[in-house]
Amino acid sequence: MDAFTTLTGRVLVLPEKNIDTDQIIPARFLTATSFDGIGEGAFADWRFDAEGNPLDGCVLNEPRAADSPVLVAGHNFGCGSSREHAPRALLGFGFRVVISSEIADIFRSNSQNVGLLPVVLPEEQHLALMAMDGEELTVNLEACEVRTSTGERYPFEIDGFARHCLLEGMDRLDFLLSQEQHITNYEEHHERQDSAAAG
Amino acid sequence: MAPRTLFDKLWDAHLVQAETGDLPAVLYIDLHLVHEVTSPQGFDTLRARGLPVRRADRTLATLDHSTPTTPPDENGERRYYTPQARSQVEQLERNCAEFGVRLEGWDSAQRGIVHVMGPEIGATQPGMTVVCGDSHTATHGAFGALAFGIGTTEVGYVLATQCLMQRKPRSMRITVNGRLGPGVGAKDLILHIIHAIGVGGGTGHVIEYAGEAIEALSMEQRMTVCNMTIEAGARAGMIAPDEKTVEYLRGRPLSPEGRAFDRAAARWMALRSDAGARFDQEVAIDAADIAPTLTWGIDPGMSVPVTATVPAAGSAGVDRALAYMGLEGGKPLLGHPVDIVFVGSCTNGRISDLREAAEVLRDRTVSGGTRMLVVPGSEAVRRQAEAEGLHEVFLAAGAEWREPGCSMCLAMNGDLVPSGQTAVSTSNRNFEGRQGPGARTLLASPLTAAACAVAGKVIDPRGLTGATPREAA
Ligand code: SF4
Repeated sequence: MDAFTTLTGRVLVLPEKNIDTDQIIPARFLTATSFDGIGEGAFADWRFDAEGNPLDGCVLNEPRAADSPVLVAGHNFGCGSSREHAPRALLGFGFRVVISSEIADIFRSNSQNVGLLPVVLPEEQHLALMAMDGEELTVNLEACEVRTSTGERYPFEIDGFARHCLLEGMDRLDFLLSQEQHITNYEEHHERQDSAAAG
Repeated sequence: MAPRTLFDKLWDAHLVQAETGDLPAVLYIDLHLVHEVTSPQGFDTLRARGLPVRRADRTLATLDHSTPTTPPDENGERRYYTPQARSQVEQLERNCAEFGVRLEGWDSAQRGIVHVMGPEIGATQPGMTVVCGDSHTATHGAFGALAFGIGTTEVGYVLATQCLMQRKPRSMRITVNGRLGPGVGAKDLILHIIHAIGVGGGTGHVIEYAGEAIEALSMEQRMTVCNMTIEAGARAGMIAPDEKTVEYLRGRPLSPEGRAFDRAAARWMALRSDAGARFDQEVAIDAADIAPTLTWGIDPGMSVPVTATVPAAGSAGVDRALAYMGLEGGKPLLGHPVDIVFVGSCTNGRISDLREAAEVLRDRTVSGGTRMLVVPGSEAVRRQAEAEGLHEVFLAAGAEWREPGCSMCLAMNGDLVPSGQTAVSTSNRNFEGRQGPGARTLLASPLTAAACAVAGKVIDPRGLTGATPREAA
């Protein structure tokens, strides 16, 4: 995955609450066996009619959407399924950061695993950002803060290891593989216990 | 030692490494369930790194999401909805063969929706950690297991290392006091709970369900409750094992046998929250308050008792939902025409669900303007239903009897609700487009769904089955 350190870019606001993963990427786009081109399905039913024509009035169809890496979305973004296709579709569409006042658990960890930065802010700050559609923001993961064009600074929290992985563009597999001896010890200990109990 | 919750006990027992300020815990996974949609890129990771599946004996795969539910054609060819669906299934077949993973595939008499099959064959056992690239993995918590959904990258991690890195979630106990009334089931209960705490109400938490009404539920009903935990935003839901859990598991293909079973059962029965264990949140629900419940909107929290009116227009969320659903605010749901009824899914595709629906349909017919689809959750459910003659009840009533799979729950396999049509569905998600672009979904119990099929419109199932609502005391 690509590293994320700091980014300055325009905001695109989707104010709806509880935007679920079926909106982010409808199930019919899940049949591929690779994630290539998954961005084309992002919000497909919001962007296109049944014949595949772009829908007027959908902000995601405005030319600026392709050039707005910061998605600010309503409360409880990403609820629903565990499909990793959702954060991957957002990345494919061009987003690098998603900001909300709440982000669903599985979506959040999937995002961290694929290099989309999930940022949760308190309601008041989230509301302020919801009013900044089209404006520029800086999201700095090293400093863990969002900075508005007027100089407001909103600090955010993120798990230290998730931050480290995002900053380095590193997945967790190497770390887990480095735990091999501990894993084997765990297995031997527990399987001995189980067979003693079963004996 | 301080009193611990059931969740604490499961968590502690699976720590390969405890969490620190810098590092999440390394958690051992006892059972990894795999299906065709969320696994291909996980296997690709192994291939790219030259790694084997670390514990193929703890990995179990099935075909369910993209599979057709119609029988093969005259040449024995499966009627896949798209070439991609076929290639996804074939990819899993190849991956399992290459990495030595057991696949309950097309030729298996145990194939089924992953969350129906796992418990049914005894793969899911109390005290285990269970993961799957699927958010309804919470289902397995009904056995007192810690079970949660993961993404595809994590599927790759578990294949490679049998472990995950996790921060410990907070805990919540939902105590359901009293007894459910006649005509009110596990589905109504969980829809009521999701409405009460909200679709984000469980975020960051693992929920333990407890109380008299939970204890009174059968194992299949408990699975229905735990299944939809994710719809309240919580990753996992669980119920402490009891005699019912033990009896359910006795004699299942993968359960221990003989004296080993008795010893396992004794261990399982000890898995419960200690008296005085502290939960980060406590919620109390009164079972007597619950009526047959249907969703009217576009998330599983937007539900009402069947006899109530839908919310009045006036807020952005409600307005959007009403417009999508073609409903008028402030009006009753009763009498709303129903085009399609779907009975199935990992929420309500088990034998007791099918019996419940068949009971309603016996000597009745599906309304002329309504199409009803009944899809068993697994091959075993199908065999059992056919042995009991339930399929004949469905067919005689004018419903379709299909082969097992996820089917219309997520409409990936071609079983979909046409745009603008209203479906009463026993599945778990009523998101916009979930059952097909433009599909309008009312989630309900199998009892309510079958009653609506007979009436061709939304009705109170208690009127049809003779179960009268409990009088207010
Ligand atoms: S039945 Fe529906 S919710 Fe269950 S596993 Fe299949 S698609 Fe997912």
